Amino acid sequence: MKSIILRSATRYLFPIIALFSIFLMLRGHDEPGGGFIGGLLGATCFALYALAYDVATARRMLRVEEHQLIGIGLLFAAVAGALGLVVGDPFLSTYWTSEFPVPALGQVKLGTPLLFDSGVYLTVVGVVLMIIFALAEE
Amino acid sequence: MEVVLAVVIGSLYGAGLYLLMRRSLIKLVIGLALLSQAANLLIFTAAGLRSSQAPLIPKGAAAPLGEVADPLPQALILTAIVIGFGVIAFTLALFHTAYMRLGIDDVDQMQATDT
Amino acid sequence: MNWLLALPILLPLLVACVTTMLLRRRSAQRVVSLVGMVGQLAAAIALLVTVYQQGIVAVQAGGYAAPFGITLVADLLAAIMVLLAAMKGTAVVIYSGASIDREREAFGYHPLLHILMMGVCGAFLTGDIFNLYVFFEVLLMSSFVLLTLGGERGQVEGAIKYVTLNLLSSAIFLAGAGLLYGVTGTLNMADLAVKLPAADQPALATILSMMFLVAFGIKAAIFPLFFWLPASYHTPPAAVSAIFAGLLTKVGVYAIIRVFTLIFVHDIGFTHNLILALSALTMVTGVLGAAVQNEFRRILSFHIVSQIGYMIMGLGMMATLAQSDSEATRAAVGLGLGATVFYIAHHIVVKTNLFLISGVVERLQGTGRLQALGGFYRAWPGLSLLFLVPAMSLAGLPPLSGFWAKFALVKAGLQMEQYAIVAVALVVGLLTLFSMTKIWAAVFWSPAPPQSPMDADSAEYRRAQQGVGMMLAPIVALACVTIALGLAIGPIFEVAMQAGEQLMTPQLYIDAVSPQSAESHQGAE
Repeated sequence: MKSIILRSATRYLFPIIALFSIFLMLRGHDEPGGGFIGGLLGATCFALYALAYDVATARRMLRVEEHQLIGIGLLFAAVAGALGLVVGDPFLSTYWTSEFPVPALGQVKLGTPLLFDSGVYLTVVGVVLMIIFALAEE
Repeated sequence: MEVVLAVVIGSLYGAGLYLLMRRSLIKLVIGLALLSQAANLLIFTAAGLRSSQAPLIPKGAAAPLGEVADPLPQALILTAIVIGFGVIAFTLALFHTAYMRLGIDDVDQMQATDT
Repeated sequence: MNWLLALPILLPLLVACVTTMLLRRRSAQRVVSLVGMVGQLAAAIALLVTVYQQGIVAVQAGGYAAPFGITLVADLLAAIMVLLAAMKGTAVVIYSGASIDREREAFGYHPLLHILMMGVCGAFLTGDIFNLYVFFEVLLMSSFVLLTLGGERGQVEGAIKYVTLNLLSSAIFLAGAGLLYGVTGTLNMADLAVKLPAADQPALATILSMMFLVAFGIKAAIFPLFFWLPASYHTPPAAVSAIFAGLLTKVGVYAIIRVFTLIFVHDIGFTHNLILALSALTMVTGVLGAAVQNEFRRILSFHIVSQIGYMIMGLGMMATLAQSDSEATRAAVGLGLGATVFYIAHHIVVKTNLFLISGVVERLQGTGRLQALGGFYRAWPGLSLLFLVPAMSLAGLPPLSGFWAKFALVKAGLQMEQYAIVAVALVVGLLTLFSMTKIWAAVFWSPAPPQSPMDADSAEYRRAQQGVGMMLAPIVALACVTIALGLAIGPIFEVAMQAGEQLMTPQLYIDAVSPQSAESHQGAE
């Protein structure tokens, strides 16, 4: 669709949707959200690019290939699950650091579920984009 | 409330199975989608409709205040929805390829690989 | 312990990640894939040795206590199945190094193979019924893509039937799991074994058992739910056919055995007699269907169905426990279950081998139709003898593994006075022999037909011959395993019998998963 309205809107919507998708992912542990829905939104902003311009431009925006995103995402998830095995705990054990203050964000906790969820996020982005690009190119 | 949901689930299953047995490929896909939605609703209803409060513990408390919804079937349904999404996406792509490759939209005519 | 149970699931996942990132580099993919599969085989051997020495091992994923968390539990049946899956995976990876074309490898054949392996091992090792559903879906999705990779006409048509019926089975499984949670309030299989009888709803429990039988029956290809199998298994390349044939239906059989020995044992007279009747019908329809086919792989696909009948026959014979609970009956049922475990092991090896051989034959002569094949005995005598080993083992000739498997099943049946099913099993064995000799006569013994590429010694024949060496290596290895299973039957059957004993006593499983809950239940009574 070569519409000038869509193109200009996409250019402004892209960072907003991308930031919102990361916000949803980070929020997922204690409130509604999570890696899956964050990934869907993250894929949406690239899909919007594919609709407004064409698939080649969207691929350039993405910079990495979709199947590599899937591989990296699954690797994050597997490593997050395997971390416990190294120490001797069961598979998929969770580890959290204690809360430490970050200047703009307040108290922040980091842990293996965050790594796992980012893996889920990247995998979902990769899968959905793979589907959309394949169907759009036909 | 369970009666209403049971009727809805029953009609979804009925519609899904009816569409599954049609000759057109597209109706087959819609039937599969309806079947998976019916299964999700079935989990939701079978686990008991207790409350609509989100199953979250407020900060500093040790247990949820008051009665909350059961989180386990929510997790089951979420997983099932995600799996269903992937499966329906694949099925659509497969049936599209089948239509392009074989040129027919009729399941009854696709008998080349049968015995 | 934690490593042992997590490794068969974690390792294929890591290999799949790495091979996904290496999609453009063909030889790097193959090396990583092979190394990963050999590592899987080593992990499976370590798991089996541990379970044999220590009994059932269980670990709680994430440290959450049972029955709230997901348990990974390996009894002897699960450990044996993981080992067989790894063995078969190694054979297929070596075989596909020579036979899978560049385009399929560029689109992710190797990652899919490892995700399939992860789904299979996860299904064997999980102790939670919804986790079983998730791993079934993982394995199903990767099998869908493997089946259609390449996009030939036959593949797409076969895939439509395969996909539709298997998605129906998933929907029924999901509904059954949800209802089971609604009735008992738990999803942990060991806890279900305790809570389902305590819920005291026998009619609902029987309905649920039938739902699970249908859902797993579609996956395991029992009568009358098997018709997707002959329509789809002969369409993809031989390596993919081989991995499907030996593995996917066996996961269904494993699930049936697990659920009907652990959870749904309240109404053995009805459920297991039904399974017995279905097994007889499966055996007969499978072998009769094979008798009318004229293509190598279609015959083998029907034989998968027929042999599945043998595997659930051993489970169905548990029905005699409903009539008499004597010591002799229990011993005979244990023998039957042990024979089932050994039958599954023997069949995975033999079926993979037969499909790999059919792949070599089709590569060399370009077709699978029996009339167009011939002359292999003169041109490739080694391959012909290699075909005889799994074929005769499938038919049940001594001293190969198939003979011992059938003998043990028949003996258990005679001890339990189930004469009808034993008669059916023996007749079907004869018909299997007929089928195998038909293939032998048409493909190997008869002279080559006039337009055969082998006689012409054309350039394409020489090209087809190039990779065959690497394709023959796993065939030889699997034939040696079949012969070894037959000759070293004593200790191997001992392991199978122990697996059968563990299946007969679900209390061992329950105690391994949650020792404290078992004690508290006894304390409460």
